[in-house]
Amino acid sequence: MYNKGLVITGIVIFVVFFTSPFLIGLVKSGPPPEPELSPKAKLAKQCVEAKEYMVESHMQMLNDWRNEAVREGKRIYVATDGKEYTVSLQNTCMDCHSNKSKFCDQCHNYAAVNPYCWECHIAPKEKL
Amino acid sequence: MERSRRSFLKILGISTLGLGTLSSVDLLAKAGMGKAEFAPDPKGMTGKRWALVVDVKKLDEDTTQKAIEACHLIHNVPDYGDEDNEEIKWIWTDKYEHAFPGTEHEYLAAEIEEKPFLLLCNHCANPPCVRVCPTQATWQREDGIVMMDQHRCIGCRYCMAACPFGARSFNWKDPRTTYFKDKEPPNPKYPTRTKGVVEKCNLCAERLAVGEMPACVEAVQDSKAIVFGDLEDPHSEVREVLHEHFAIRRKPELGTNPNVYYIV
Repeated sequence: MYNKGLVITGIVIFVVFFTSPFLIGLVKSGPPPEPELSPKAKLAKQCVEAKEYMVESHMQMLNDWRNEAVREGKRIYVATDGKEYTVSLQNTCMDCHSNKSKFCDQCHNYAAVNPYCWECHIAPKEKL
Repeated sequence: MERSRRSFLKILGISTLGLGTLSSVDLLAKAGMGKAEFAPDPKGMTGKRWALVVDVKKLDEDTTQKAIEACHLIHNVPDYGDEDNEEIKWIWTDKYEHAFPGTEHEYLAAEIEEKPFLLLCNHCANPPCVRVCPTQATWQREDGIVMMDQHRCIGCRYCMAACPFGARSFNWKDPRTTYFKDKEPPNPKYPTRTKGVVEKCNLCAERLAVGEMPACVEAVQDSKAIVFGDLEDPHSEVREVLHEHFAIRRKPELGTNPNVYYIV
């Protein structure tokens, strides 16, 4: 290989340069924020399903809740533990998780996701 | 290993299909966490073809306004007035000659000529808006309600062009940053809409689901001016009222088969 040193340094510089946004992000963003529970959510001890599942799959669940309620007219969710919940983001989820900024927004901002739920659904009023 | 482009694309397609079809309930079952399911509310009303009968003789201007106000408050409908033709309405009034064109004549009874007729989505049995919707954001439920799924609406407004009754309104602006900028939406339990979607009367599907009457019916229940019920049920109130009184529908000649009747 000709100019081995130059070529390899070039490749290294190229890789570092193009991955720099990710590297900077890794250093700058710090640890992910912990969602904060409202007093009511704390008291309830458990969400509609287990915590791990909710953390991982709440988006999938909300998607299904929306489809079942709006399109199928099925507005009761029977959880795996047999408890029944009204299928409603605005009236069920947010009734407990009334601290949207600390419970939803923190993580969504950190992960740079921008769910547009709140353009229509009314977020609970928070005491600031 | 040699793999043709064709087989690679096939595998790619099949694998995304597998990822996409797992619902949250499937995920729970797969993780061995148990079985969850969805069910309709047992309190909910069920019917095969919901209809409204509006008794125009029992509706004066005040009660008409009461019905409109009740609906628009419950559904957070912004009141833009007529400004810039950007009005949003689920239920409104118009004159007889506009509501029932072709049946008016020069010597119409004075009472009918000036009366504000209460108009709303007809929840047609053969809805042209549903036929043209490219995303199925509007569709006909099994109980006859012509529903809107705001999540799916792309704002193309084909439905507005298709609807011969003017029952649909387009959100030219975001109600949150305009009408509801300085005031709270009146019903915190119901969403508002966003810029770029079409909206209309949903026959209070969310209220029927918990066993409540449509808001307009409830608002004028003292006068019994609007009757709600299932046309397929021969013993329903709507059928009884229709049996006893002569009633007309808006533009029946178009073949959309409206489900809102008017006793004049």
